[in-house]
Amino acid sequence: MVSVDDFRRKAAEAIADARMQGALERATAKFREGRTRALAELPDADALRDHFKRVRAATLARLAEHLETFEQNALAAGAQVHWCETAEDAARLITALAAQHGARLAVKSKSMTTEEIHLNHALEAANVQPVETDLGEWIIQLAHEPPSHIIGPAIHKTREQVAALFSREVGRPLPPDDVGVLTAEARRLLREKFLAAGIGISGVNVAVAETGSVVLVTNEGNGRMVTSVPPVHVAVMGIEKIVPTWRDAAAWLALLARSATGQPMSIYTSVITGPARAEDPDGPREVHIVILDNGRSRALASPFEEALQCIRCGACLNVCPVYREAGGHAYGNPYSGPIGAIVAPLLFGVEAMSGLPQASTLCGACLDVCPARIDIPRMLLEWRAVEVERRLVPWYERVGERLAAWVLAHPRLLRLVRRLAATGQRLFLRDGQIRLPGRWHPAGERDLPALASRPFRDWWRENA
Amino acid sequence: MQRVALFVTCLVDQVMPEIGIATVRLLRAAGCEVVFPEAQTCCGQPFFNSGFRPEARRLAERTIAAFEPFDAVVAPSGSCTTMLRVEYPHLLGDRPGWAHRARELAAKTYELSEFLTQVLDWDPPRRVAGVRVAYHDSCHMCRLLGLREPPRDALRRAGYDLVEMQEPDRCCGFGGLFSVRMPEVSNAMTAEKLAQATDTGAHVLATADPGCLMQMRGLARERVRIEHIATLLAASLEA
Repeated sequence: MVSVDDFRRKAAEAIADARMQGALERATAKFREGRTRALAELPDADALRDHFKRVRAATLARLAEHLETFEQNALAAGAQVHWCETAEDAARLITALAAQHGARLAVKSKSMTTEEIHLNHALEAANVQPVETDLGEWIIQLAHEPPSHIIGPAIHKTREQVAALFSREVGRPLPPDDVGVLTAEARRLLREKFLAAGIGISGVNVAVAETGSVVLVTNEGNGRMVTSVPPVHVAVMGIEKIVPTWRDAAAWLALLARSATGQPMSIYTSVITGPARAEDPDGPREVHIVILDNGRSRALASPFEEALQCIRCGACLNVCPVYREAGGHAYGNPYSGPIGAIVAPLLFGVEAMSGLPQASTLCGACLDVCPARIDIPRMLLEWRAVEVERRLVPWYERVGERLAAWVLAHPRLLRLVRRLAATGQRLFLRDGQIRLPGRWHPAGERDLPALASRPFRDWWRENA
Repeated sequence: MQRVALFVTCLVDQVMPEIGIATVRLLRAAGCEVVFPEAQTCCGQPFFNSGFRPEARRLAERTIAAFEPFDAVVAPSGSCTTMLRVEYPHLLGDRPGWAHRARELAAKTYELSEFLTQVLDWDPPRRVAGVRVAYHDSCHMCRLLGLREPPRDALRRAGYDLVEMQEPDRCCGFGGLFSVRMPEVSNAMTAEKLAQATDTGAHVLATADPGCLMQMRGLARERVRIEHIATLLAASLEA
């Protein structure tokens, strides 16, 4: 549940945490600068974004067809394909696969989708230890925290906090100022996990229908370890993560890395087309692809369909002035930031996520940077209208808004109400500002302006 | 002489009439006959942005009816101009009888600095000197209307020394009801904005939006003076 009050409370905690504010500001600034630079290097980034938006829309218009083509080709390549309608279905299926292969340890490569279906909890309950192998994911796993950013899950942590977590894990103090030592320790510990794991679980950045392949991008190489060292690989993808052709995948990957981290391409791009062949020296014996709906198909042919065009680059988070103050945890689900405020109500129900569509000033910075030009502000407005219709806003707001609109539609009444208010406000006026007792003050420490002694229209009558 | 209908906006009418008065003086100095249709109240934006569509529609229809008789409508507010120009055609797009009227109003509505510099090619009679101004781009005006240059151009023509802050188009934190629904986040955003503005060493922080103005003044205290472009530009009439 994330109501307006929940968001407010969590955001206020983040705002009060000076360390977290510093970490957030530094990291998002780095991502923003990287994105601007990387897109400027393209001959015509805007044309590529327009093209990509069309590709995404056209793919979604015939989604079922592309998914079926994908399934046929994935099966032909020797992979097994599973369709899961709900989060529970998917978590149960993957846990059963782990049990079937006697796995006690599962290595994972960063996947928001497995976060969405609470896979780690399900695995732990079934006595399988999940280990995140993306450095950021591992950090927050050690800290027992959820991710706070779509591509930088530990964006809110400082180097000192990371060193403390790693020191606890290795059982001796590690120097916070030596990144080399920290990463070497992480590498050593994670290598042991890769070799011991009975199953590897990954997300899918993009799936390609024409060959039945799944593509995974990482910057640390952990993706290829997860998908090739353990005997079984399970890839989890949302139904929207698909393109018809490799040509479309190329546009996806070019925009993803540039929008996310400012790289022309991520360091590692792994393509998995079925399990290892007889002639392959290594690779998993089984590849399972889980195609997850979990509420996504409800968005098709709705005002929210565009949200399915998202490729999870996180660019909208980095520019969002609300995210930059509130941090990702305020969003209370794996999908934070502006796109999260659209997607989370789709996946988890707007009743449970009613605060998120309100966590925006509709400033539009997200639309400016989205590689697929998803009109996030317009969908936030749609969610707000849905919230009013379903009576998810407090009664006093509904009454207040309707009363205010009624008064504003009747100028004579407005004049009367104004006169009453102008008299009433005198009780609370100091230096031309309204000072209400703290508890009643709606704006925190911000001063509220008073009604003018004379409205403009009175001046006009004398000066027309 | 061009006849211009003034959309004064509810916030200006009720809270900051000096912005409306400055707007009238500017338009008159630029050679316009100004009309104030008294049936106008609010453009409906607060209701539209909160999801109260029927209420927003009712106010939109009122506004359209009030301004229909005129050839040009000018508002001293980027966000209200956006409401009339961009959102009315959306909001009333499927209403028989109204869709067309909404588009007609949209086509003749201008934000003040846009009207002064781009339609009238206005140059002030006198110029202000020695005042350093940073300009805050209000979100709707710069992103949905694409008006980044006109307010800067108008300020320069009036003689102000323009300085740029680090993120001139970073939201000030207002967002209408957002500012009271989530005051902590809203105020933190405003504090960032004010810090970036004071970093420039500007004497004045200017904006074309009464909403942003109200928000930023609420936290600025003595740190920096915040003014609407209308009052700044009007100062050039008597500099």
